[in-house]
Amino acid sequence: MNHAMKIALRRILIIGVFLAIWEGASGRLMSPFFISRPSAIATRLWSWAIDGSLFINMAITAMEAIAGFVIGGVLGALAGLALGRSPVLAETLNPIINAFNSLPKVALAPLFIMWFGVGYEMRIIFTAIIVFFLVFLNTYSGVRGVSRELVNVFRLMRAQERHLMRMVIVPSAITWIFAGLRLSVPYALIGAIVSEIMASNAGLGYLIAYYASQFNAAGVFAALVGVMLLSFLFNAGIRLLERVLMPWQEVDEQREVTI
Amino acid sequence: MTASDSAATALMTFADIGKAFGQGASSITVLRDINLSVARGEIVALLGPSGCGKSTILNIIAGLLTPSTGVARYAGKAVEGLNHQVGYMAQSEHLLPWRTVAGNIQAPLEIAGQSRQAMTRRVAELIDMVGLKGFAEAYPSQISGGMKKRTALARLLAYDPETLLMDEPFSALDAHLRLHLQIELRALTRRLDKTLLFVTHDLEEAVTLGDRCVVFSARPGRIIKIIDVPLPPDRDIMRLRYDDAFPKICRELWSLLAPELENSPA
Repeated sequence: MNHAMKIALRRILIIGVFLAIWEGASGRLMSPFFISRPSAIATRLWSWAIDGSLFINMAITAMEAIAGFVIGGVLGALAGLALGRSPVLAETLNPIINAFNSLPKVALAPLFIMWFGVGYEMRIIFTAIIVFFLVFLNTYSGVRGVSRELVNVFRLMRAQERHLMRMVIVPSAITWIFAGLRLSVPYALIGAIVSEIMASNAGLGYLIAYYASQFNAAGVFAALVGVMLLSFLFNAGIRLLERVLMPWQEVDEQREVTI
Repeated sequence: MTASDSAATALMTFADIGKAFGQGASSITVLRDINLSVARGEIVALLGPSGCGKSTILNIIAGLLTPSTGVARYAGKAVEGLNHQVGYMAQSEHLLPWRTVAGNIQAPLEIAGQSRQAMTRRVAELIDMVGLKGFAEAYPSQISGGMKKRTALARLLAYDPETLLMDEPFSALDAHLRLHLQIELRALTRRLDKTLLFVTHDLEEAVTLGDRCVVFSARPGRIIKIIDVPLPPDRDIMRLRYDDAFPKICRELWSLLAPELENSPA
């Protein structure tokens, strides 16, 4: 048996034991009213899968999260690059940006509902703002971390700012941009789901809120499984994108390491 | 060519250059009273203990640092802002880890706005010239230290600067590899008709490469002596150590350098 299979088997074992204890405890140690039971959750998921409502609601949440993720990520990266390369701009704007960043974004949700209504626009903007700050801050520190010697070597080669951006700055910062993006995945979901819980009639957040209001623990847990599934897919997507955009990293990982 | 040669034909001149870093009481003087002129096509080795300001001279002529006193001239004009006639190679190669060997060498050609065919042709030529055949598609993390130096050298030659500034580029390599690269560097500099300013703390390297050796004192660096190396321009570096002139000139340099090493902090 190879290493990967052993690891997978261990994981399945841990999850299996956890589910078995949960199933066993439900009804004996704790009321299923509060914790439901894995079999009931599986049944619920199965019925949602058959009538398609699982995928519809997942797709709605995914659409909002992805749209917010893309808008916030692109704007965050651009702002990070601009401020990272312009000391004057950075000096001027940094305290303002930090002040905004220190606000808990969830506290802005009611204001956003007031401004943009309860439609998907509000949820996308809300998600985008959360992602923006994470990606911006990472990109900014990435750009500031670019070796100034390297920049000088290229400036002696007559490189203009656009050459520097394309050849040196963006590729150096891209590992940081991705660190920001990876960090943003759960927050993008938080943004989409929190806003769905607050104001929506569709999406996984709506399912969570709806079944909780019905005191239906199995429904809530089933929706949470959907959230986990979505986050898993998002992370896989980011990893794929990293492979495609940073081929040199894979080479470096495969290198045999010595001292 | 001697130290006092006419400044009129010189490609680079340093007139009463001094440089201090920091301000007030905490300022540190690294260079003072530097007077030196370098002719076109010359290979000049700057030799001195570490911290004596040799590298500062390269940075001044490249326009990366401004001297505190004096004037540095390049081709008759005072250096102001970046000097694009020079190419700089430091101890670290400063390669782009996200580009292959070929991609790194191509970078200056892209900046110059060359066509794709012209770039491909030139990159192949350079890879051949520095002996990197078969490694064009490797990333810097996959190649040895010597090959990284070769890549950096090819990139330097790609944009064809008339003057090469080198700051101990081979110091991290083993003796044999260093010898090979010294041979190739001298041959290439001669063949391509470049001028080379080469900073080193290794006196054998200074003798091997240089037409002239400029010996610096410990910090604050000033020029103790400028010595013409009495070896032929087309020297056979592999057999240089059999030449009677070689140990003689090394001894002379050592007699100048040794007292300075005692003065410089370990």
